[in-house]
Amino acid sequence: MGQAELLGVSMTTTTAADFEVRRQDSMGRRLQHLLHGNPVLGPLAVLVLAIVAFSIVNGRFFSAANLSLVLLQVTVIAMLALGQTLIILTAGIDLSAGAIAVFSSMLMALFATDAGVPAPLALLLGFACGTAMGALNGLLVTRIKLPPFIVTLGTLTIFFSLNAVVSNSETVRGADMPALMTWTGDAIPIGSFRLSYGSIIMLLLFGFFAYALSSTAWGKHVYATGDDIEAARLAGIRTGRVLFSVYTTAGLLYAVAGWILIGRLASASPNVGTEYNLDSITAVVLGGTSLFGGRGGVIGTLVGALIVGVFRNGLQLAGVEVVWQGFAIGLLVLVAVSIDQWIRKVKS
Amino acid sequence: MTTPVLEAKGLTKRYGRVVAIDGSDLELLPGEILAVIGDNGAGKSSLIKALSGAIVPDAGEIRLDGEPVHFRNPMDARSAGIETVYQTLAVAPGLDIADNLFLGREQRRPGVLGSVFRMLDRKTMRSEAARHMSELGVGTLQNIGQAVESLSGGQRQAVAVARSAAFGSKVVILDEPTAALGVKESNRVLQLIRDVRDRGLPVILISHNMPHVFEIADRIHIQRLGRRIAVITPGSHSMSDAVAIMTGAAPPPEG
Repeated sequence: MGQAELLGVSMTTTTAADFEVRRQDSMGRRLQHLLHGNPVLGPLAVLVLAIVAFSIVNGRFFSAANLSLVLLQVTVIAMLALGQTLIILTAGIDLSAGAIAVFSSMLMALFATDAGVPAPLALLLGFACGTAMGALNGLLVTRIKLPPFIVTLGTLTIFFSLNAVVSNSETVRGADMPALMTWTGDAIPIGSFRLSYGSIIMLLLFGFFAYALSSTAWGKHVYATGDDIEAARLAGIRTGRVLFSVYTTAGLLYAVAGWILIGRLASASPNVGTEYNLDSITAVVLGGTSLFGGRGGVIGTLVGALIVGVFRNGLQLAGVEVVWQGFAIGLLVLVAVSIDQWIRKVKS
Repeated sequence: MTTPVLEAKGLTKRYGRVVAIDGSDLELLPGEILAVIGDNGAGKSSLIKALSGAIVPDAGEIRLDGEPVHFRNPMDARSAGIETVYQTLAVAPGLDIADNLFLGREQRRPGVLGSVFRMLDRKTMRSEAARHMSELGVGTLQNIGQAVESLSGGQRQAVAVARSAAFGSKVVILDEPTAALGVKESNRVLQLIRDVRDRGLPVILISHNMPHVFEIADRIHIQRLGRRIAVITPGSHSMSDAVAIMTGAAPPPEG
């Protein structure tokens, strides 16, 4: 009797609002909200799982020497993906990232060798070149108002052909260059782990941009511009300037990637990097940054780049053929984008 | 006679051969809600855009507190104290409530952290945002760090209205604030608009919704064919009178 009464009372007081609350409490929705609030969690979980799985499959995976190698392998892609992240956050895309990096690396190597320019100046000229190329992308996007995909498809082709012209399609050997040019490949040993200067530069820059995006007005404006450019403009943000600053900064970051590339390869070669453009986008997407803009961040991208590196290396150690490595990464990308779409549908 | 807070005289805007506003006037008195109604193409939007700096009129003058002003862009109007909430593009959905309130006028930390490291003063902005929201009676949004996209339409609109009320020192312009909202949410936003007025900020409300207009407007400006053809009050005319004047079915009242 008492029970039935209780039941009756509880039934009459159940309102639409209660149902709303209950629906929110379902597992899937809670996960959706968690990922919505912390977009890095998903990629981080994938990275940790992958590391654990590959360590079980092959004991050599989790050795200091191998982990140093993974970090070394992802450094250039991570640097490119850092610039790429800034652009994708504004709902843009940069297909010319790798081309700018390779061209800048060729230019600084040629200045330091053939032209006989002092190494620090050659380096600065290379950085200036990357910055200018990024600025050109930025100008075309903001002034001529072309879609970023088209702009960077065009500049990608132009930069690669300029690259062949300037370099005569010849590689410059690291041994012929001043030490500064290949310094990024040198490493500090920490036990049997070897941390290259290139990786240190990369990690510092990720830290810097994580701060700039989260704690400065510029960062807020980058997110707002990517989120809804009209709303941002009406809120008084100079969206053209934000976009231009993003493309220009990305250009500089690609040039730094070019410098790290010289250290990594112990040479400057015009024939590398055709796959870098798409790899950098892959790292960004795996890191949980949305291709539709306004969502994500650089820490996710670092995790995304590590996921690519860990999968490539781990699959290799597990004896999986190279052709299937690409297959696995491709699958990961599709899953990542599907999850992003799902997270975007979050409602209160 | 009181000086209008915002006054427009003979505003004209042409797009090629199309005349969007044809010598239109407007007067907003202190502490009132002035509704602007008109059929599609009557020039409501263009009139409001001219007042908020989104377009530059070809002719005519705008006076703020009796002083002539010239707005070249929305920022000019904002710095003069006119805040506008646009119909669809009110907020940046991915940012949280506090970030949206301070979007475009972020505050930096004092000292070196702010000047050299450009660090934002998140704590102050959040507490300020919470204060503005609760002052307007929208304290139900407990979490000021919640992303705006996780809010309902009415709550988003409340954030946008709160932003305009927090920063507008002279005039708040609201373009169809209830257009996409349900009955309950509309009522809440209407109450919010009254609260803004009661705090001393005059409001220009553009709306197609006659019941809403007649519920909260002090005076109603009727726009037709690019001009103001009448100013009525909810007391002097009925809704059907207003619609008749607006569509040209009835002559405008004398005076």
